[in-house]
Amino acid sequence: MVGLATVFGAGGGTSSYEEIEQTDCILLWGSNAREAHPIFFHHLIKGIRNGAKMYAVDPRRTSSAKWADMWLGLEVGSDIVLANAIGREIIAAGLANREFIERATDGFAAYESHVDSYTLDYAEMITKIPAEAIREVAHAYAKAPTAQILWTLGITEHATGSDNVFSLCNLSLLTGHVGRWGSGLVPLRGQNNVQGGGDMGSLPNKLPGFADITDVQARGRFEEVWGVPVPSEPGKHLTLMFEAMEQGELEAVWVIGENPADSEADVSHARKLLSGLDTLIVSDIVMTRTVELADVVFPAAAGWAETDGTVTSSERRVQRVRKALNPPGEAVDDIEILVRMAKAMGHDWSNMDNEAWWDELRSLSPMHGGMSYDRLESSGGLQWPCPDEDHPGTIFLHARLWADPVGGPRAPFTCVDWVAPADALDDDFPLRLTTGRALDSYNTGVQSGSMNSPIRYGDTLDVSQLDADRFDVTDGERVLVSSRRGSIEMDVRIVGDMSPGLAFTTFHFPEKVDINLLTIDAWDPKSGTAEFKATAINVTKLAEV
Amino acid sequence: MDLKVGTDQATEAEIAAVETVVGAVGPAVVLQSDRVVVGGFHRSAERRHLLLPGLHALQQANGWISPGGLQHLCTELGVPPAEAYGVATFYDMLATEIAPDVVVRRCDDIGCRTQGFDKIDTTLGAAGLGGEHVEDSPCLGLCDHGGAAVVQRKGAPVEGYRVVAGANEPVIESHLASGARLLARVGKVDPSSLESYIAESGYQALNTAIEQGPDAIVASISDAGLRGRGGAAFPAGIKWRGMADQNQSRKHVVANADESEPGTFKDRVLMEHDPFALVESLTVTGFATGATDGWIYIRGEYPLAIERVRNAVVEARRSGLLGRDILGSGWDFDIEVRVGAGAYICGEETALFNSIEGFRGEPRQKPPFPTTHGLFNEPTVINNVETLFNVLDIVNYGVDHFRSIGSEASAGPRLFCLSGAVARPGVYEHPMGVTLRQVIAAAGGVAHEAQLKTILLGGAAGSFVNDSVLDLPLTFEDTRSAGVSLGSGVVMLFDETANMADIVGRITKFFSHESCGQCVPCRIGTQRQVEMVGSDEPIDRDLFDDLAAVMGDASICGLGHTAASALRSALDLELLS
Repeated sequence: MVGLATVFGAGGGTSSYEEIEQTDCILLWGSNAREAHPIFFHHLIKGIRNGAKMYAVDPRRTSSAKWADMWLGLEVGSDIVLANAIGREIIAAGLANREFIERATDGFAAYESHVDSYTLDYAEMITKIPAEAIREVAHAYAKAPTAQILWTLGITEHATGSDNVFSLCNLSLLTGHVGRWGSGLVPLRGQNNVQGGGDMGSLPNKLPGFADITDVQARGRFEEVWGVPVPSEPGKHLTLMFEAMEQGELEAVWVIGENPADSEADVSHARKLLSGLDTLIVSDIVMTRTVELADVVFPAAAGWAETDGTVTSSERRVQRVRKALNPPGEAVDDIEILVRMAKAMGHDWSNMDNEAWWDELRSLSPMHGGMSYDRLESSGGLQWPCPDEDHPGTIFLHARLWADPVGGPRAPFTCVDWVAPADALDDDFPLRLTTGRALDSYNTGVQSGSMNSPIRYGDTLDVSQLDADRFDVTDGERVLVSSRRGSIEMDVRIVGDMSPGLAFTTFHFPEKVDINLLTIDAWDPKSGTAEFKATAINVTKLAEV
Repeated sequence: MDLKVGTDQATEAEIAAVETVVGAVGPAVVLQSDRVVVGGFHRSAERRHLLLPGLHALQQANGWISPGGLQHLCTELGVPPAEAYGVATFYDMLATEIAPDVVVRRCDDIGCRTQGFDKIDTTLGAAGLGGEHVEDSPCLGLCDHGGAAVVQRKGAPVEGYRVVAGANEPVIESHLASGARLLARVGKVDPSSLESYIAESGYQALNTAIEQGPDAIVASISDAGLRGRGGAAFPAGIKWRGMADQNQSRKHVVANADESEPGTFKDRVLMEHDPFALVESLTVTGFATGATDGWIYIRGEYPLAIERVRNAVVEARRSGLLGRDILGSGWDFDIEVRVGAGAYICGEETALFNSIEGFRGEPRQKPPFPTTHGLFNEPTVINNVETLFNVLDIVNYGVDHFRSIGSEASAGPRLFCLSGAVARPGVYEHPMGVTLRQVIAAAGGVAHEAQLKTILLGGAAGSFVNDSVLDLPLTFEDTRSAGVSLGSGVVMLFDETANMADIVGRITKFFSHESCGQCVPCRIGTQRQVEMVGSDEPIDRDLFDDLAAVMGDASICGLGHTAASALRSALDLELLS
């Protein structure tokens, strides 16, 4: 979100699902949406069926990439090289949208000279993608009447995650593929309400509606309604929180609906820190490894079917959810937990129902201003910004860049350079491990692990036949997988489509395969996201241990 | 694409067979390097139409479509194997379970079953096929012969066998006052020679069309009042104008040569004896309507017609009558011959499109109509073979000449397929408006001077009539007001000795077998008809009328609409009692 917010002033995907169905060119970059975002992918397939050309950029030829007209299997972590080379080629071929660049952007000259060294040949050397293929995707993207770039964690879960996003934003500025119907930049979100979480202020430096916490005027509006002072300093993002735990600055933590004891990179370290806290409170709907570590557990109601409120999808559409069932046992919904906690702290909020909380939010967050419960109900959901009750909502963002004159600040090019993944390959750790998701499972398996699936094969170590031969292992063999941080046992699966030198695993079954014992906790200083996607590993036969 | 391909291996013969179909365009997925793969939805979609040709190739090479062969084909084309299996099982001539090396498909349909199977069995025996595996087949379009069979032999193209012995030589005769029109060249030209065709005024119509321009030709077809000869009698000019007005980059003309209506064999006769005329008439149609692609879809049970039409296309292409800049007109057009695989329903125009496109031959909902959303969802004109032959005559001799034959609303000549208990079975050309009595008289009347019991008019989808309609002029308008249908020109006679319960039972079985199963009224209704006729109990007329009404109202295509027609007429005429 940091990349998009910096360039465009709002940290959200720019486009609606209906636009992917009508666009002419799709760049799916670092995303296996077919499995990780299967519902969104149905919209994408409609786009393909309607004639869109699709290019998939991914180290693996994923099930998503198999829908693409061309798959470009870049070296893990070389995204910036590829993006800069595409940018250079677009400029060199005279395909840059000069009119848009002049009217709506800043810093083009610096960008142009910055990417000059990213020649196709250089890109081929680093990314291992033939120059001709890079040229094709550059020309297809630039020439398409409308085009979108979509990405997921393959872009963001790197130490250079934010820079990766900047490098993609640059391409949209170069071609004018943003702020128009059908064109845009779309980070895909993993849950029905990831967008809503950020919108509601659960970011360390933002208040609801992305009001900046350091902005005294914005803070004032909230203080007036809330009747208490709002901290003027940004809080800590997740990675900084763990650092603060390590330094003993953070002693009490309340985890709401997260499972960091399984999901953090270098997870044994994270578990040690969570266990060492003075107080660990966890709200969750099921038993997780984090819940096991907690001092106090608040049993929460499920967001779906057991609570009343709203969720916000990746296309910024706020939708009503309704309670159909009473939660089991002592479980209550998250708002009720917060209200009781407040009461214990001396604040009585018992006169507020869920709609009253929503109306308060609307009064403070201008982009939600026009979204009454009645309108949300009758319209089937509204897309922000929707500032007043007569506003129809906003299908795509940043139309201002095409307004005459341009509304608001110009969108800046951001010069970013490639840095190799922090966990370097060498003779001891010669294989690049990257991670991803499978269709039938969800993240650490808290919500999906208890369900059976006929297409589930567990968290295997997927390698090419070439690498299986290199490490003298066979399909199905249990092996020792080691990184600079730890070792675990895994079953080998030989996969036809895997590039030599690359290994892959899902991370859905941490109780069986504790993959984050291997991953590095290097993280992106701009977003706080860890480098899950690039680990250097070695594979050895168990008998040799 | 989410292909789930199994681990069965294709044999070398199967791989070679698939290569003959896919080789020219290359596979759906190409590994350009370790890091670049070209593939995806669009490449697969572009290759989907090769599925049926690929299945034919596998069937021919191996005698059946093995899992390994199917999966190899699917990998090459990017088609999900489950879908391809669904397509393969749709067609009678494609086996998805191991089959004998030689399978004889012997016609047991209404035309042939009244004659017994002795003569065709003798013919087959003489060809060394006496002891082979025999299966019953729906009508093979050889009712003017004494029996018919097609033979599928592992490693060889489909072979056709027909009884032709002495007095059984079928008749092809024109009874037009102005001389033969549709049959003008039949028997005069060498069907394998373009030169011979041109010597008989062949390609005169295409030259005229190019000289007059597309608009004038479409106007001629409209003014001539040409109506479809496939059964539905739709005005051809409306289709042509509708397509000519479309501005897409790709447009199609299709010759519907999937002649499968029991008792119908006129298109086969035209294709076997005058194949270049079909190629020329489709070319003229393409020129007039601005088409880029022509297709001739011939039923798989017509090996001789397939061979001759394919040869005609090759010869025409070789002489620049197909391909780029035809006759200096600046217009590019080519024709591809596609072969069915045993499915009556593929004669329905939208089912035929699905079949060419590589899907199960199930009819589509209409609208939209083919002129805007036809083959590959692109503008398409589709006409029956006989309809197309009329085009040449209209262009060559003018609207007035065409209109001088037949009636005001039913202009032009018409081919009738005479079979059953008739003295001289064959194809007869008459002016529209001829009476049934005249048609039968021209064919020598009832065979062996027996007593006529009933006539099946219009084929299995038509109706039985008795001598009360013998003097009805056979025009679209007169037959419609009499409540009967000319259909595809079938006139099949039954004499007193015919076992009508058996005949009607075969018709009901035909429909239940050929129903594609897509819509419930037809799938269930055709089966209920079989049970009604097959039961010892008398048919409950109210129940049958209900069933017929449901099939007629609620089926999406003509098969369901007409499946009750023959049985209804048989009940009306009390033929079963």
